[in-house]
Amino acid sequence: MEAMWISVAMTVIAASTPLLLAALGELVVEKSGVLNLGVEGMMLIGAVTGFAVTSATGAPLLGIVAAMLAAVAGSMIFGFLTLTLASNQVATGLALTIFGVGISSMIGEGFVGQTIPVFGPVFPERLAGDPVLRLVFGHSPLVYVSLVMTALVAWFLTRSRPGLVLRAVGENDASAHSIGYSVLGVRYAAVAFGGAMAGLAGCFYSMVQTPMWADELTAGRGWIALALVVFSAWRPWRLLLGAYLFGAVMTFELQAKAAGINLVAPEFLAALPYLATILVLAIISSRRSVGAAAPACLGRPFKPAT
Amino acid sequence: MTNLLTRRSLLRTGAAAATLPLVAGRAFAQEPLRVAFVYVGPVGDFGYTYAHDQGRQEAEAHFGDKIKTTYVENVAEGPDSERVIRNLAEDGNQLIFTCSFGFMNPTIKVAKRFPDVKFEHCSGYQRAENVATYNARFYEGRAVCGTLAAKMSKSGIAGYIASFPIPEVVSGINGFTLAARRVNPDFQTKVVWVSSWYDPAKEADAAKALFDQGADVIAQHTDSPAALQAAEQRALWAFGQAWDMSSFAPKAHLTAIQNDWGVYYIQRIQAMLEGKWESTDSWWGFKEGVLKMSPFNPAIPAEAVEAAKATEAGIVDGSAPVFAGPIVNQAGEEKVAAGAVLDDGAILSMDWYVAGVQS
Repeated sequence: MEAMWISVAMTVIAASTPLLLAALGELVVEKSGVLNLGVEGMMLIGAVTGFAVTSATGAPLLGIVAAMLAAVAGSMIFGFLTLTLASNQVATGLALTIFGVGISSMIGEGFVGQTIPVFGPVFPERLAGDPVLRLVFGHSPLVYVSLVMTALVAWFLTRSRPGLVLRAVGENDASAHSIGYSVLGVRYAAVAFGGAMAGLAGCFYSMVQTPMWADELTAGRGWIALALVVFSAWRPWRLLLGAYLFGAVMTFELQAKAAGINLVAPEFLAALPYLATILVLAIISSRRSVGAAAPACLGRPFKPAT
Repeated sequence: MTNLLTRRSLLRTGAAAATLPLVAGRAFAQEPLRVAFVYVGPVGDFGYTYAHDQGRQEAEAHFGDKIKTTYVENVAEGPDSERVIRNLAEDGNQLIFTCSFGFMNPTIKVAKRFPDVKFEHCSGYQRAENVATYNARFYEGRAVCGTLAAKMSKSGIAGYIASFPIPEVVSGINGFTLAARRVNPDFQTKVVWVSSWYDPAKEADAAKALFDQGADVIAQHTDSPAALQAAEQRALWAFGQAWDMSSFAPKAHLTAIQNDWGVYYIQRIQAMLEGKWESTDSWWGFKEGVLKMSPFNPAIPAEAVEAAKATEAGIVDGSAPVFAGPIVNQAGEEKVAAGAVLDDGAILSMDWYVAGVQS
């Protein structure tokens, strides 16, 4: 029984980690006042690049770096269009997702049917293979990265000077501009960070969770990450909680079915994460104090009146 | 003689083909029969579409110069497919295979406008004067998997990752469980519905959940090899889906149900060449050769392989049909009496589970 719960917990952690990684990136992007709906596309670009480079070189770390760079490149297309050319962020973000689906399918065509070793635990087998201790030591390095990044992002946004500048840009771009901060520079940096994190999240699917490539491997997880950012009211620690909550809901749905618990229709359980998102959105928007958590300039193009 | 087509190049190729007779100037009697295939996925998917394309290649190798085949891959179901099918008919193809359920209505529509062109639709239920239908008896393959699962499982519990409760999936689960319970009367099949045909992360998590609940062999009616990889990581067993997926999990992969559509395509094209084509409804299985099992994992004991082969042989010679009575449902009521066999209509509309299925 104990072993089963640890096994379930391991599955929850694996399901939550990519959501957390992608959502942390998007949180920073949105804090700077940019809404990038292209998370799913960037995740796919990262997933296919990570797999392809690892498969070709045999070096997973190289694959991860390449995946992050590729996703950053994707995000820079978005950045150029929405920041330099001030195009509509919603439409451009959706376009980035469609682009990511297409190009990842094209790049990945030659890699369908191949497999790579799992980018798994790094701790010695004595710890990682232990039936109980594996709860702490038995994860892919990306799991620890996601937790450290949560703390770093939280510290960066609330305690560091550049973090304050980023928030200022997101709350009032005109004021930040008038006192001499480069609004577009900050936003470019934030968008690039979002791309890197989405690429990392994509890698988690193609290198850890299911070490293979197939079209649309992430199967819509990027959208859940987007919802999580709103769910968390743009707070990193609450985001961590939300990601694990979503991961738990997704896992328990399958565990309940496997255990033969049939209280509700499986279709309802499958819809649960999305229903939870809608519910939380409704609650947040109805409570004005929490609703104000959204960066004031979110989604608004900035055109400096030089 | 193959034209690899994409939707975009279709018009261009069509234009080129129109000028072809001038250049070639071949005698009319020796014109090859033009056969076209419409696929829902990429031919490189190592699954459903790959199997259809293998069939096309077999037919081409068989008939040589007598036919000329063309295919269009990655065709979205719905209005887009109607345009593709119409283009192929206008282009002079005489026999068109549309290889996905969602091509049904577009095929029927186009067929009305081209009464001289013959159409064949895979897995649908609507026919016409010039539209035949065909499908495979997948549940027969599931039964062979069931026999193997019961032989290989130590816990007596199999996990079954299923997509949607449609008759094809339900009859697969039942066929699997019935065959397993003929080996081990206490065998249990735990079904997890993932409400998707394709979601690798969710399929992997479902497999892990089933392993956590005591299953040690996994069967699936979803399209990705994710469950196989999960089985490989835990050193347990799983079956491939639609094609040999052993490259993803060389140790865990027991076998897979494969389609050999070539047998069917060759027979239908032969009928066209002889002018004997008729609108038929074909539901073929092991006996006709459209189903076969991919190579068994060498780790399977000889005795288990023999049992699996016996299940297949019993289906082929009719001595042990998959849905032969007595069959009891989950509630313990008798659905098929001893000595009786379920007819095709009942299999095609199956909406109940046999005893031993936990769904």
